[in-house]
Amino acid sequence: MSDTQYLAASTIEEAVNAHSKANGSARFLAGGTDLLVQIKSGIRKPNLVIDVKKIVELNSIEEISENEFVVGASVSGVNLNRNKKFSKLWPGVLEAFRLIGSEQIQGRASLGGNICNGSPAGDSVPALIAAGCIALIAGPNGKREIPIEEFHIGPGKTVLDNGEMLVSLKFPKREINSSDTYLRMTPRTEMDIAVVGCGVNITFENNVCTAARVSLGAVAPTPLLVKEASKIMVGSDLNSEILDKVSKICMDLCDPIDDKRGTIDYRTKVAGVLFKRATLTTIDRIKGN
Amino acid sequence: MAKIQVSTKINNENVDYLCEPHDTMLDVLRNQLELTGSKESCGSGDCGSCSIILDGELVCSCLMLAAEAEGSKLETIEGMSEGGKLHALQQKFLEKAALQCGICTPGFLMASKALLDHNPSPTETEVRFWLAGNLCRCTGYDKIVKAVLEVAEDMKESA
Repeated sequence: MSDTQYLAASTIEEAVNAHSKANGSARFLAGGTDLLVQIKSGIRKPNLVIDVKKIVELNSIEEISENEFVVGASVSGVNLNRNKKFSKLWPGVLEAFRLIGSEQIQGRASLGGNICNGSPAGDSVPALIAAGCIALIAGPNGKREIPIEEFHIGPGKTVLDNGEMLVSLKFPKREINSSDTYLRMTPRTEMDIAVVGCGVNITFENNVCTAARVSLGAVAPTPLLVKEASKIMVGSDLNSEILDKVSKICMDLCDPIDDKRGTIDYRTKVAGVLFKRATLTTIDRIKGN
Repeated sequence: MAKIQVSTKINNENVDYLCEPHDTMLDVLRNQLELTGSKESCGSGDCGSCSIILDGELVCSCLMLAAEAEGSKLETIEGMSEGGKLHALQQKFLEKAALQCGICTPGFLMASKALLDHNPSPTETEVRFWLAGNLCRCTGYDKIVKAVLEVAEDMKESA
């Protein structure tokens, strides 16, 4: 990267303009824990690296109304973990983000970076899809918002056009009797990449599920929202028959790769198991167990 | 190509340096500022031997650009002892033989210091999780973990 330029942008406009002008040869830098490794290994050779950590909107965690959060794209795991209210409302999102790398990585790695890196196995993404997050994007033609489940279009590929940046994530207002969980399967217990990841987000009142979102990671070219799951779960008491049915739907949706870390059969089966476990854990969390 | 001027505070001293856009923090610490205590082993954030404390947070100095440090406070292994007196963690690592070849040791010490700064009385599990980003290929981890726990215990008694 010996001919790479560095720019620390102080506003969204400055960052977006610099990125557009570079015509595809610029990369935004947040925590750098993916980007710098990619640059060092020659996978990416940007002419311009635009540091976005000094932009206020990207670096803040805001509660815009009671129980409604907007989290900036460059916020690190360590910083999100310090927000006790967010941690309490979205334990699944936090545990997904905190699974990524060591304490050293957590000190730098950003939520937005994990999304924009576009790995099908990125741990935070299924949890954010289950949460129902909206991605706030800024670009040369203004701002736009899209549901996070539409953000990825393939391994390493996102909907971001030249000049566009992920600014922040808008979480839906958290209802009472709601919680979420993220579980993943890895060959090692820690410091590993998900073979399967599953995010579940539920509202459960008087033994009836009134809202549910289920998402799977690492079992398809992009993280998936399991749309059919909500239809079956909502209105039920989430008994074992319902969980079996949704578990089967999760497995049917899997289209994973076959590699040394997990075969197609294994990944598919585990997706169904993780869905059930994550759902039961979420119910426990709602009941305060 | 123009170099970038960066102003920082390193181990409580104001330090300004000029760096190339592609220099990592570790490159500048080692090659320009002659702070060679931080080691480069993997260069990709896996081993933790380049660990420093940046504005209170434990980070890998190989995974940040030197230009990113503008206005920041850095702590490196060179600032750990005070006036020739070893930090309690350094002393305990020696007593407990929590090192052999020593390459990983500065990283372990910075990580352990960051842990005790944030959490003065960690459980053994918390120590093991916290130090999971530091790899040692000589000693194994038991002596290191025990040393950190003993320092935490000593700190409690002297508090």
